[in-house]
Amino acid sequence: MFDFDMLLMVGLKFLFALLMIGAVMTMAGYSVLAERKVSAWMQGRVGPNRTVLPMIGHIPFVGKFLQGLGMFQPLADGLKFLFKEEMIPGHVNKFYYNLAPIVALVPALTTMTVLPFGEFFAEDGRTIPLMLANLEVGILFVLAVSSLGVYGIVLAGWSSNSKYPFLGGIRSSAQMISYELAMGLSLLPIFLWVSEPGTGALGLSLVDIVNSQNDRAWLLLVQPLSALIFLIALFAETNRLPFDMPESETDLVGGFHTEYGGFKFGIFFVAEYAHIVVGSAIFTIIFLGGWHFLPWIADPWPATWVGTLLGIGWFLAKTIFLIFFFIWVRWTIPRFRYDQVMNLGWTKLLPLALINLIFYVLLVTWLDQPTT
Amino acid sequence: MNAVDLLFYFFATLSVGGGLLMIISRHPVPAALFMIISLVSVAALFVLLEAFFLAILQVLVYAGAVMVLFLFIIMLMDVGPDGGKVSRIKLISGLAGCLSFGILVVLLLQFSGIGNAEPGNWQEIQNTEPVNGDSLLFSTSMKNFGYGLFTKYMLPIQVAGFLLLASMVGVIVLSKKSITSGGIK
Repeated sequence: MFDFDMLLMVGLKFLFALLMIGAVMTMAGYSVLAERKVSAWMQGRVGPNRTVLPMIGHIPFVGKFLQGLGMFQPLADGLKFLFKEEMIPGHVNKFYYNLAPIVALVPALTTMTVLPFGEFFAEDGRTIPLMLANLEVGILFVLAVSSLGVYGIVLAGWSSNSKYPFLGGIRSSAQMISYELAMGLSLLPIFLWVSEPGTGALGLSLVDIVNSQNDRAWLLLVQPLSALIFLIALFAETNRLPFDMPESETDLVGGFHTEYGGFKFGIFFVAEYAHIVVGSAIFTIIFLGGWHFLPWIADPWPATWVGTLLGIGWFLAKTIFLIFFFIWVRWTIPRFRYDQVMNLGWTKLLPLALINLIFYVLLVTWLDQPTT
Repeated sequence: MNAVDLLFYFFATLSVGGGLLMIISRHPVPAALFMIISLVSVAALFVLLEAFFLAILQVLVYAGAVMVLFLFIIMLMDVGPDGGKVSRIKLISGLAGCLSFGILVVLLLQFSGIGNAEPGNWQEIQNTEPVNGDSLLFSTSMKNFGYGLFTKYMLPIQVAGFLLLASMVGVIVLSKKSITSGGIK
Protein backbone atom coordinates (compact mmCIF):
# COMPACT_ATOMS: atom_id res chain seq x y z
CA MET A 1 0.00 0.00 0.00
CA PHE A 2 2.73 2.50 0.92
CA ASP A 3 5.30 1.99 -1.80
CA PHE A 4 8.17 4.35 -2.31
CA ASP A 5 6.77 6.10 -5.39
CA MET A 6 3.57 7.01 -3.64
CA LEU A 7 5.44 8.33 -0.62
CA LEU A 8 7.59 10.43 -2.92
CA MET A 9 4.52 11.80 -4.70
CA VAL A 10 2.77 12.66 -1.44
CA GLY A 11 5.97 14.19 -0.08
CA LEU A 12 6.42 16.31 -3.21
CA LYS A 13 2.81 17.51 -3.06
CA PHE A 14 3.34 18.37 0.58
CA LEU A 15 6.50 20.30 -0.25
CA PHE A 16 4.76 22.22 -3.07
CA ALA A 17 1.88 23.06 -0.76
CA LEU A 18 4.30 24.38 1.86
CA LEU A 19 6.10 26.46 -0.80
CA MET A 20 2.82 27.89 -2.05
CA ILE A 21 1.68 28.79 1.47
CA GLY A 22 5.08 30.35 2.10
CA ALA A 23 4.83 32.44 -1.06
CA VAL A 24 1.30 33.68 -0.39
CA MET A 25 2.00 34.38 3.28
CA THR A 26 5.13 36.32 2.38
CA MET A 27 3.17 38.33 -0.15
CA ALA A 28 0.47 38.95 2.46
CA GLY A 29 3.10 40.13 4.96
CA TYR A 30 4.71 42.44 2.45
CA SER A 31 1.31 43.75 1.32
CA VAL A 32 0.93 45.06 4.87
CA LEU A 33 4.24 46.83 4.46
CA ALA A 34 3.18 48.08 1.02
CA GLU A 35 -0.04 49.37 2.52
CA ARG A 36 1.87 51.38 5.10
CA LYS A 37 4.45 52.65 2.63
CA VAL A 38 1.94 53.59 -0.08
CA SER A 39 -0.34 55.32 2.40
CA ALA A 40 2.64 57.22 3.76
CA TRP A 41 3.67 58.18 0.24
CA MET A 42 0.16 59.39 -0.60
CA GLN A 43 -0.02 61.47 2.57
CA GLY A 44 3.47 62.94 2.29
CA ARG A 45 4.85 60.91 5.20
CA VAL A 46 7.84 58.59 5.39
CA GLY A 47 6.33 55.35 6.67
CA PRO A 48 8.17 52.60 8.54
CA ASN A 49 11.93 53.17 8.19
CA ARG A 50 13.45 52.24 11.54
CA THR A 51 13.33 48.46 11.83
CA VAL A 52 16.56 46.70 10.93
CA LEU A 53 18.27 43.41 11.65
CA PRO A 54 21.43 43.71 13.81
CA MET A 55 24.08 42.77 11.23
CA ILE A 56 22.48 43.97 8.02
CA GLY A 57 22.17 47.58 9.17
CA HIS A 58 25.96 47.92 9.07
CA ILE A 59 26.36 46.95 5.42
CA PRO A 60 27.42 50.29 3.87
CA PHE A 61 24.82 51.22 1.26
CA VAL A 62 22.41 48.28 0.99
CA GLY A 63 21.68 48.13 4.70
CA LYS A 64 20.51 51.73 4.93
CA PHE A 65 18.49 51.34 1.73
CA LEU A 66 16.65 48.25 3.01
CA GLN A 67 16.06 49.95 6.34
CA GLY A 68 14.59 52.98 4.60
CA LEU A 69 12.24 50.71 2.63
CA GLY A 70 11.12 49.12 5.90
CA MET A 71 12.01 45.67 4.56
CA PHE A 72 12.26 44.14 8.04
CA GLN A 73 9.03 45.61 9.37
CA PRO A 74 6.82 42.55 8.55
CA LEU A 75 9.25 40.37 10.50
CA ALA A 76 9.06 42.66 13.52
CA ASP A 77 5.25 42.84 13.27
CA GLY A 78 5.01 39.06 13.15
CA LEU A 79 7.27 38.67 16.19
CA LYS A 80 5.26 41.26 18.06
CA PHE A 81 2.01 39.36 17.40
CA LEU A 82 3.66 36.11 18.51
CA PHE A 83 5.06 37.35 21.81
CA LYS A 84 2.25 39.65 22.89
CA GLU A 85 0.27 38.35 25.84
CA GLU A 86 -2.88 36.47 24.83
CA MET A 87 -5.79 38.28 26.44
CA ILE A 88 -9.18 36.57 26.45
CA PRO A 89 -11.89 38.92 27.75
CA GLY A 90 -14.07 37.39 30.46
CA HIS A 91 -17.40 37.91 28.70
CA VAL A 92 -16.70 36.00 25.48
CA ASN A 93 -17.87 32.58 24.41
CA LYS A 94 -14.42 30.97 24.68
CA PHE A 95 -14.66 28.04 22.28
CA TYR A 96 -16.08 30.03 19.38
CA TYR A 97 -13.87 32.99 20.24
CA ASN A 98 -10.81 30.78 19.69
CA LEU A 99 -12.30 29.03 16.68
CA ALA A 100 -13.12 32.21 14.73
CA PRO A 101 -9.58 33.23 13.62
CA ILE A 102 -8.93 29.70 12.36
CA VAL A 103 -12.19 29.68 10.40
CA ALA A 104 -11.20 33.02 8.90
CA LEU A 105 -7.71 31.94 7.81
CA VAL A 106 -8.35 28.44 6.46
CA PRO A 107 -10.55 29.43 3.47
CA ALA A 108 -8.14 32.23 2.56
CA LEU A 109 -5.32 29.69 2.32
CA THR A 110 -7.41 26.93 0.72
CA THR A 111 -8.39 28.91 -2.37
CA MET A 112 -4.78 29.04 -3.51
CA THR A 113 -4.74 25.29 -4.28
CA VAL A 114 -6.49 25.82 -7.62
CA LEU A 115 -4.62 28.96 -8.69
CA PRO A 116 -2.49 28.41 -11.81
CA PHE A 117 0.48 30.76 -11.80
CA GLY A 118 2.56 29.71 -14.78
CA GLU A 119 3.17 26.92 -17.25
CA PHE A 120 5.91 24.37 -17.64
CA PHE A 121 7.02 23.31 -21.12
CA ALA A 122 7.63 19.56 -21.13
CA GLU A 123 10.14 18.08 -23.54
CA ASP A 124 7.50 16.30 -25.59
CA GLY A 125 5.89 19.63 -26.47
CA ARG A 126 3.07 19.58 -23.96
CA THR A 127 2.56 22.51 -21.62
CA ILE A 128 1.71 21.71 -18.03
CA PRO A 129 0.09 24.42 -15.92
CA LEU A 130 1.82 25.06 -12.61
CA MET A 131 -0.71 24.68 -9.85
CA LEU A 132 -1.39 22.47 -6.87
CA ALA A 133 -4.59 20.84 -8.15
CA ASN A 134 -5.96 21.21 -11.67
CA LEU A 135 -9.69 21.09 -11.03
CA GLU A 136 -12.15 21.04 -13.90
CA VAL A 137 -14.31 23.48 -11.94
CA GLY A 138 -11.57 25.63 -10.43
CA ILE A 139 -13.42 28.93 -10.40
CA LEU A 140 -16.44 27.40 -8.68
CA PHE A 141 -14.08 25.97 -6.07
CA VAL A 142 -12.69 29.44 -5.41
CA LEU A 143 -16.18 30.92 -5.09
CA ALA A 144 -17.34 28.10 -2.81
CA VAL A 145 -14.38 28.16 -0.45
CA SER A 146 -14.10 31.94 -0.24
CA SER A 147 -17.78 32.11 0.67
CA LEU A 148 -16.91 30.08 3.76
CA GLY A 149 -14.57 32.85 4.93
CA VAL A 150 -17.46 34.96 6.19
CA TYR A 151 -18.16 32.42 8.94
CA GLY A 152 -14.95 33.45 10.67
CA ILE A 153 -16.10 37.07 10.82
CA VAL A 154 -19.64 36.19 11.89
CA LEU A 155 -18.39 33.81 14.58
CA ALA A 156 -15.94 36.42 15.85
CA GLY A 157 -18.68 39.01 16.03
CA TRP A 158 -21.15 36.69 17.70
CA SER A 159 -18.81 35.03 20.20
CA SER A 160 -17.34 38.34 21.39
CA ASN A 161 -20.64 39.03 23.20
CA SER A 162 -20.31 42.75 22.79
CA LYS A 163 -22.10 45.37 20.74
CA TYR A 164 -19.61 46.60 18.16
CA PRO A 165 -18.24 43.21 17.09
CA PHE A 166 -21.81 41.95 16.87
CA LEU A 167 -22.80 44.79 14.54
CA GLY A 168 -19.66 44.15 12.50
CA GLY A 169 -20.53 40.48 12.11
CA ILE A 170 -24.09 41.21 11.02
CA ARG A 171 -23.00 43.84 8.53
CA SER A 172 -20.35 41.55 7.12
CA SER A 173 -22.71 38.66 6.50
CA ALA A 174 -25.30 40.89 4.86
CA GLN A 175 -22.63 42.46 2.67
CA MET A 176 -21.12 39.13 1.64
CA ILE A 177 -24.48 37.67 0.65
CA SER A 178 -25.39 40.74 -1.37
CA TYR A 179 -22.18 40.93 -3.33
CA GLU A 180 -21.62 37.21 -3.82
CA LEU A 181 -24.65 37.21 -6.09
CA ALA A 182 -23.32 39.99 -8.31
CA MET A 183 -19.89 38.34 -8.36
CA GLY A 184 -21.26 34.98 -9.52
CA LEU A 185 -23.44 36.62 -12.16
CA SER A 186 -20.54 38.69 -13.49
CA LEU A 187 -18.53 35.50 -14.07
CA LEU A 188 -21.24 33.65 -16.03
CA PRO A 189 -20.63 35.57 -19.31
CA ILE A 190 -16.95 34.60 -18.98
CA PHE A 191 -17.84 30.91 -18.90
CA LEU A 192 -20.09 31.34 -21.93
CA TRP A 193 -17.40 33.22 -23.82
CA VAL A 194 -14.56 30.82 -23.05
CA SER A 195 -16.41 27.56 -23.71
CA GLU A 196 -16.50 27.99 -27.46
CA PRO A 197 -17.82 24.97 -29.29
CA GLY A 198 -15.08 23.06 -31.08
CA THR A 199 -12.14 24.22 -28.97
CA GLY A 200 -12.95 21.82 -26.16
CA ALA A 201 -12.19 24.56 -23.65
CA LEU A 202 -14.17 24.44 -20.43
CA GLY A 203 -15.17 27.88 -19.18
CA LEU A 204 -15.04 26.80 -15.55
CA SER A 205 -11.40 25.76 -15.60
CA LEU A 206 -8.97 28.53 -14.66
CA VAL A 207 -6.28 27.11 -16.95
CA ASP A 208 -8.61 27.16 -19.95
CA ILE A 209 -9.63 30.73 -19.13
CA VAL A 210 -5.99 31.81 -19.14
CA ASN A 211 -5.15 29.93 -22.32
CA SER A 212 -8.15 31.39 -24.14
CA GLN A 213 -6.45 34.80 -23.75
CA ASN A 214 -3.17 33.73 -25.34
CA ASP A 215 -2.31 36.06 -28.27
CA ARG A 216 -5.92 37.24 -28.32
CA ALA A 217 -7.75 40.02 -26.51
CA TRP A 218 -7.79 39.88 -22.75
CA LEU A 219 -11.19 39.22 -21.30
CA LEU A 220 -10.95 42.66 -19.66
CA LEU A 221 -11.19 44.15 -23.16
CA VAL A 222 -13.84 41.72 -24.35
CA GLN A 223 -16.09 42.09 -21.30
CA PRO A 224 -15.26 45.34 -19.52
CA LEU A 225 -18.57 45.45 -17.65
CA SER A 226 -18.10 41.96 -16.21
CA ALA A 227 -14.62 42.97 -15.10
CA LEU A 228 -15.91 46.12 -13.43
CA ILE A 229 -18.69 44.30 -11.56
CA PHE A 230 -16.31 41.53 -10.54
CA LEU A 231 -13.76 44.05 -9.27
CA ILE A 232 -16.34 45.94 -7.20
CA ALA A 233 -17.68 42.69 -5.77
CA LEU A 234 -14.11 41.61 -5.04
CA PHE A 235 -13.55 44.77 -3.01
CA ALA A 236 -16.73 44.04 -1.09
CA GLU A 237 -15.87 40.39 -0.53
CA THR A 238 -12.39 41.18 0.77
CA ASN A 239 -13.83 43.88 3.07
CA ARG A 240 -11.57 46.57 1.68
CA LEU A 241 -12.27 50.23 2.03
CA PRO A 242 -15.05 51.71 0.33
CA PHE A 243 -16.68 48.50 1.70
CA ASP A 244 -14.99 47.82 5.03
CA MET A 245 -18.32 47.77 6.85
CA PRO A 246 -17.41 44.93 9.24
CA GLU A 247 -14.58 46.84 10.84
CA SER A 248 -15.13 50.51 9.96
CA GLU A 249 -13.11 51.91 12.82
CA THR A 250 -14.79 55.30 13.01
CA ASP A 251 -18.23 53.95 13.85
CA LEU A 252 -17.56 50.42 15.15
CA VAL A 253 -14.23 50.85 17.01
CA GLY A 254 -12.61 47.86 15.29
CA GLY A 255 -15.69 45.94 14.20
CA PHE A 256 -15.58 42.19 14.44
CA HIS A 257 -12.05 42.07 15.88
CA THR A 258 -12.55 44.66 18.61
CA GLU A 259 -12.18 42.04 21.33
CA TYR A 260 -9.16 40.35 19.77
CA GLY A 261 -5.52 41.01 20.47
CA GLY A 262 -2.12 39.44 20.04
CA PHE A 263 -1.73 36.47 17.75
CA LYS A 264 -5.45 35.97 17.13
CA PHE A 265 -5.73 39.50 15.81
CA GLY A 266 -2.64 38.78 13.73
CA ILE A 267 -4.38 35.83 12.14
CA PHE A 268 -7.38 37.97 11.15
CA PHE A 269 -5.00 40.54 9.76
CA VAL A 270 -3.06 38.00 7.69
CA ALA A 271 -6.30 36.40 6.50
CA GLU A 272 -7.51 39.76 5.18
CA TYR A 273 -4.31 40.33 3.23
CA ALA A 274 -4.20 36.72 2.01
CA HIS A 275 -7.70 37.31 0.63
CA ILE A 276 -6.42 40.38 -1.20
CA VAL A 277 -3.45 38.49 -2.66
CA VAL A 278 -5.60 35.57 -3.82
CA GLY A 279 -8.29 37.93 -5.12
CA SER A 280 -5.74 39.88 -7.15
CA ALA A 281 -4.36 36.64 -8.55
CA ILE A 282 -7.86 35.53 -9.58
CA PHE A 283 -8.60 38.84 -11.27
CA THR A 284 -5.28 38.54 -13.12
CA ILE A 285 -6.12 35.01 -14.23
CA ILE A 286 -9.63 35.75 -15.42
CA PHE A 287 -9.37 39.22 -16.88
CA LEU A 288 -5.70 40.11 -17.39
CA GLY A 289 -4.49 37.07 -19.29
CA GLY A 290 -2.65 35.34 -16.46
CA TRP A 291 0.96 34.66 -17.38
CA HIS A 292 0.51 35.55 -21.07
CA PHE A 293 2.14 38.70 -22.39
CA LEU A 294 0.06 41.55 -23.81
CA PRO A 295 -3.26 41.32 -25.65
CA TRP A 296 -2.94 40.24 -29.29
CA ILE A 297 0.80 39.66 -28.86
CA ALA A 298 2.13 36.13 -28.47
CA ASP A 299 4.48 35.41 -25.59
CA PRO A 300 7.91 36.79 -26.60
CA TRP A 301 9.81 34.36 -24.38
CA PRO A 302 11.10 30.94 -25.54
CA ALA A 303 9.25 27.75 -24.64
CA THR A 304 11.88 26.58 -22.15
CA TRP A 305 12.45 27.03 -18.44
CA VAL A 306 13.42 30.65 -19.12
CA GLY A 307 9.95 31.21 -20.53
CA THR A 308 8.44 29.51 -17.50
CA LEU A 309 10.27 31.82 -15.12
CA LEU A 310 9.48 34.94 -17.16
CA GLY A 311 5.83 33.90 -17.33
CA ILE A 312 5.64 33.49 -13.57
CA GLY A 313 7.37 36.84 -13.14
CA TRP A 314 4.90 38.53 -15.50
CA PHE A 315 2.00 36.94 -13.62
CA LEU A 316 3.43 38.17 -10.30
CA ALA A 317 3.92 41.66 -11.72
CA LYS A 318 0.26 41.89 -12.73
CA THR A 319 -0.84 40.53 -9.35
CA ILE A 320 1.33 43.01 -7.48
CA PHE A 321 -0.05 45.86 -9.56
CA LEU A 322 -3.56 44.80 -8.56
CA ILE A 323 -2.56 44.65 -4.89
CA PHE A 324 -1.25 48.18 -5.34
CA PHE A 325 -4.59 49.09 -6.92
CA PHE A 326 -6.38 47.80 -3.81
CA ILE A 327 -4.19 49.98 -1.60
CA TRP A 328 -4.50 52.94 -3.93
CA VAL A 329 -8.31 52.83 -3.78
CA ARG A 330 -8.26 52.45 -0.01
CA TRP A 331 -6.33 55.68 0.49
CA THR A 332 -8.26 57.61 -2.14
CA ILE A 333 -11.98 56.93 -1.66
CA PRO A 334 -13.91 57.52 1.58
CA ARG A 335 -16.01 54.77 3.14
CA PHE A 336 -19.61 54.22 2.01
CA ARG A 337 -22.43 54.42 4.49
CA TYR A 338 -24.03 51.07 5.25
CA ASP A 339 -27.28 51.83 3.41
CA GLN A 340 -25.25 53.02 0.41
CA VAL A 341 -23.45 49.68 0.31
CA MET A 342 -26.74 47.76 0.31
CA ASN A 343 -28.24 50.12 -2.24
CA LEU A 344 -25.28 49.75 -4.58
CA GLY A 345 -25.29 45.96 -4.26
CA TRP A 346 -28.97 45.26 -4.77
CA THR A 347 -30.29 48.07 -6.94
CA LYS A 348 -27.26 48.87 -9.10
CA LEU A 349 -24.82 45.98 -9.40
CA LEU A 350 -27.32 43.11 -9.48
CA PRO A 351 -29.51 44.49 -12.31
CA LEU A 352 -26.37 45.55 -14.17
CA ALA A 353 -24.93 42.03 -13.86
CA LEU A 354 -28.22 40.53 -15.08
CA ILE A 355 -28.35 42.84 -18.11
CA ASN A 356 -24.70 42.05 -18.82
CA LEU A 357 -25.45 38.32 -18.66
CA ILE A 358 -28.46 38.55 -20.97
CA PHE A 359 -26.50 40.68 -23.44
CA TYR A 360 -23.66 38.17 -23.65
CA VAL A 361 -26.05 35.21 -23.85
CA LEU A 362 -27.65 36.82 -26.91
CA LEU A 363 -24.27 37.80 -28.37
CA VAL A 364 -22.77 34.33 -27.92
CA THR A 365 -25.90 32.72 -29.39
CA TRP A 366 -25.66 35.03 -32.39
CA LEU A 367 -21.93 34.39 -32.87
CA ASP A 368 -22.25 30.63 -32.47
CA GLN A 369 -25.13 30.07 -34.87
CA PRO A 370 -24.19 27.81 -37.75
CA THR A 371 -23.24 29.79 -40.81
CA THR A 372 -24.61 27.29 -43.31
CA MET B 1 -9.31 -1.45 3.93
CA ASN B 2 -7.34 1.21 2.12
CA ALA B 3 -6.91 4.95 2.53
CA VAL B 4 -10.09 5.82 0.65
CA ASP B 5 -12.12 3.53 2.90
CA LEU B 6 -10.62 5.12 5.99
CA LEU B 7 -11.46 8.58 4.67
CA PHE B 8 -14.97 7.41 3.87
CA TYR B 9 -15.56 6.20 7.41
CA PHE B 10 -14.06 9.38 8.82
CA PHE B 11 -16.27 11.72 6.80
CA ALA B 12 -19.33 9.49 7.12
CA THR B 13 -18.96 9.61 10.91
CA LEU B 14 -18.50 13.37 10.76
CA SER B 15 -21.58 13.91 8.63
CA VAL B 16 -23.86 11.65 10.69
CA GLY B 17 -22.42 12.91 13.98
CA GLY B 18 -22.74 16.52 12.88
CA GLY B 19 -26.34 15.92 11.89
CA LEU B 20 -27.10 14.31 15.23
CA LEU B 21 -25.44 17.09 17.21
CA MET B 22 -27.33 19.62 15.14
CA ILE B 23 -30.65 18.18 16.29
CA ILE B 24 -29.74 17.87 19.96
CA SER B 25 -27.93 21.18 20.56
CA ARG B 26 -29.97 23.55 22.66
CA HIS B 27 -28.61 26.77 21.22
CA PRO B 28 -29.35 27.54 17.55
CA VAL B 29 -25.92 28.96 16.59
CA PRO B 30 -23.91 25.80 17.43
CA ALA B 31 -26.69 23.83 15.75
CA ALA B 32 -26.10 25.80 12.56
CA LEU B 33 -22.34 25.21 12.88
CA PHE B 34 -22.86 21.45 13.25
CA MET B 35 -25.02 21.63 10.16
CA ILE B 36 -22.11 23.19 8.25
CA ILE B 37 -19.83 20.37 9.44
CA SER B 38 -22.34 17.81 8.29
CA LEU B 39 -22.81 19.45 4.88
CA VAL B 40 -19.09 19.87 4.27
CA SER B 41 -18.45 16.22 5.15
CA VAL B 42 -21.08 15.18 2.64
CA ALA B 43 -19.16 17.30 0.11
CA ALA B 44 -16.02 15.37 1.08
CA LEU B 45 -17.89 12.12 0.44
CA PHE B 46 -18.74 13.42 -3.04
CA VAL B 47 -15.04 14.12 -3.57
CA LEU B 48 -14.25 10.51 -2.62
CA LEU B 49 -16.71 9.46 -5.35
CA GLU B 50 -14.81 11.80 -7.74
CA ALA B 51 -17.92 13.92 -8.21
CA PHE B 52 -16.04 17.20 -7.80
CA PHE B 53 -18.71 19.34 -9.37
CA LEU B 54 -21.36 18.00 -7.02
CA ALA B 55 -19.03 18.49 -4.04
CA ILE B 56 -18.40 22.11 -4.92
CA LEU B 57 -22.07 22.78 -5.49
CA GLN B 58 -22.76 21.22 -2.11
CA VAL B 59 -20.43 23.68 -0.42
CA LEU B 60 -21.45 26.67 -2.55
CA VAL B 61 -25.20 26.25 -2.32
CA TYR B 62 -25.72 24.65 1.06
CA ALA B 63 -23.01 26.42 3.03
CA GLY B 64 -24.26 29.70 1.56
CA ALA B 65 -27.78 28.76 2.59
CA VAL B 66 -26.62 28.09 6.14
CA MET B 67 -25.17 31.59 6.16
CA VAL B 68 -28.66 32.92 5.56
CA LEU B 69 -29.86 30.63 8.34
CA PHE B 70 -27.32 32.27 10.63
CA LEU B 71 -28.85 35.63 9.84
CA PHE B 72 -32.32 34.29 10.55
CA ILE B 73 -31.17 32.96 13.88
CA ILE B 74 -29.50 36.15 14.91
CA MET B 75 -32.01 38.63 13.53
CA LEU B 76 -35.42 37.04 13.21
CA MET B 77 -35.37 34.63 16.13
CA ASP B 78 -34.05 37.51 18.19
CA VAL B 79 -31.17 35.64 19.77
CA GLY B 80 -29.06 38.41 21.17
CA PRO B 81 -25.54 38.12 22.54
CA ASP B 82 -26.97 36.54 25.71
CA GLY B 83 -28.18 33.55 23.73
CA GLY B 84 -31.78 32.46 23.64
CA LYS B 85 -33.33 29.15 24.51
CA VAL B 86 -35.20 27.13 21.94
CA SER B 87 -38.76 26.21 22.71
CA ARG B 88 -39.61 22.79 24.13
CA ILE B 89 -40.59 19.97 21.85
CA LYS B 90 -44.17 20.34 20.78
CA LEU B 91 -46.61 17.62 19.91
CA ILE B 92 -46.99 18.67 16.31
CA SER B 93 -43.26 18.81 15.61
CA GLY B 94 -42.89 15.40 17.25
CA LEU B 95 -45.59 13.99 15.00
CA ALA B 96 -44.03 15.56 11.92
CA GLY B 97 -40.63 14.14 12.89
CA CYS B 98 -42.01 10.61 13.36
CA LEU B 99 -43.86 10.82 10.07
CA SER B 100 -40.86 11.96 8.03
CA PHE B 101 -38.64 9.37 9.73
CA GLY B 102 -41.15 6.68 8.82
CA ILE B 103 -41.23 7.84 5.20
CA LEU B 104 -37.43 7.85 5.14
CA VAL B 105 -37.25 4.27 6.45
CA VAL B 106 -39.83 3.08 3.92
CA LEU B 107 -37.95 4.77 1.08
CA LEU B 108 -34.63 3.31 2.19
CA LEU B 109 -36.11 -0.18 2.37
CA GLN B 110 -37.66 0.35 -1.04
CA PHE B 111 -34.52 1.43 -2.81
CA SER B 112 -31.59 -0.14 -1.00
CA GLY B 113 -32.64 -3.67 -1.76
CA ILE B 114 -32.93 -4.76 1.88
CA GLY B 115 -36.70 -5.09 1.71
CA ASN B 116 -36.79 -7.09 -1.50
CA ALA B 117 -34.29 -9.47 -2.92
CA GLU B 118 -33.76 -7.63 -6.19
CA PRO B 119 -30.73 -5.34 -6.45
CA GLY B 120 -31.54 -1.64 -6.19
CA ASN B 121 -31.37 1.02 -8.83
CA TRP B 122 -27.62 1.37 -8.55
CA GLN B 123 -26.98 -1.32 -11.15
CA GLU B 124 -29.33 0.34 -13.60
CA ILE B 125 -27.59 3.68 -13.21
CA GLN B 126 -24.24 2.14 -13.99
CA ASN B 127 -25.54 0.56 -17.18
CA THR B 128 -27.23 3.63 -18.58
CA GLU B 129 -27.27 3.74 -22.34
CA PRO B 130 -25.48 6.64 -24.01
CA VAL B 131 -27.80 9.63 -23.95
CA ASN B 132 -29.11 10.58 -27.34
CA GLY B 133 -26.84 8.13 -29.07
CA ASP B 134 -23.71 10.29 -28.86
CA SER B 135 -20.81 10.40 -26.47
CA LEU B 136 -22.61 11.62 -23.36
CA LEU B 137 -22.26 8.58 -21.14
CA PHE B 138 -23.30 8.62 -17.52
CA SER B 139 -20.48 10.20 -15.57
CA THR B 140 -19.89 12.85 -12.95
CA SER B 141 -18.70 15.53 -15.40
CA MET B 142 -20.42 18.88 -15.59
CA LYS B 143 -21.69 18.43 -19.12
CA ASN B 144 -23.81 15.49 -18.07
CA PHE B 145 -25.39 17.38 -15.23
CA GLY B 146 -26.26 20.22 -17.54
CA TYR B 147 -27.57 17.95 -20.25
CA GLY B 148 -29.70 15.93 -17.85
CA LEU B 149 -31.04 18.93 -16.00
CA PHE B 150 -32.08 20.80 -19.11
CA THR B 151 -33.63 17.87 -20.97
CA LYS B 152 -34.94 15.00 -18.89
CA TYR B 153 -35.43 16.82 -15.59
CA MET B 154 -36.61 20.16 -16.94
CA LEU B 155 -39.99 20.10 -15.19
CA PRO B 156 -38.70 19.10 -11.72
CA ILE B 157 -36.15 21.91 -11.93
CA GLN B 158 -38.78 24.48 -12.74
CA VAL B 159 -40.99 23.19 -9.93
CA ALA B 160 -38.10 23.30 -7.45
CA GLY B 161 -37.24 26.84 -8.53
CA PHE B 162 -40.85 27.89 -8.05
CA LEU B 163 -40.91 26.32 -4.57
CA LEU B 164 -37.77 28.23 -3.60
CA LEU B 165 -39.30 31.46 -4.86
CA ALA B 166 -42.42 30.79 -2.79
CA SER B 167 -40.33 30.15 0.33
CA MET B 168 -38.44 33.39 -0.27
CA VAL B 169 -41.66 35.38 -0.50
CA GLY B 170 -42.90 33.58 2.62
CA VAL B 171 -39.81 34.57 4.57
CA ILE B 172 -40.20 38.20 3.59
CA VAL B 173 -43.86 38.18 4.68
CA LEU B 174 -43.01 36.49 7.99
CA SER B 175 -40.14 38.81 8.86
CA LYS B 176 -42.20 41.88 8.01
CA LYS B 177 -44.93 40.67 10.35
CA SER B 178 -42.52 40.15 13.23
CA ILE B 179 -41.28 43.72 12.87
CA THR B 180 -44.74 45.29 12.90
CA SER B 181 -46.25 43.16 15.68
CA GLY B 182 -43.18 42.71 17.86
CA GLY B 183 -42.24 46.34 17.89
CA ILE B 184 -38.87 47.73 18.81
CA LYS B 185 -37.36 46.45 22.01
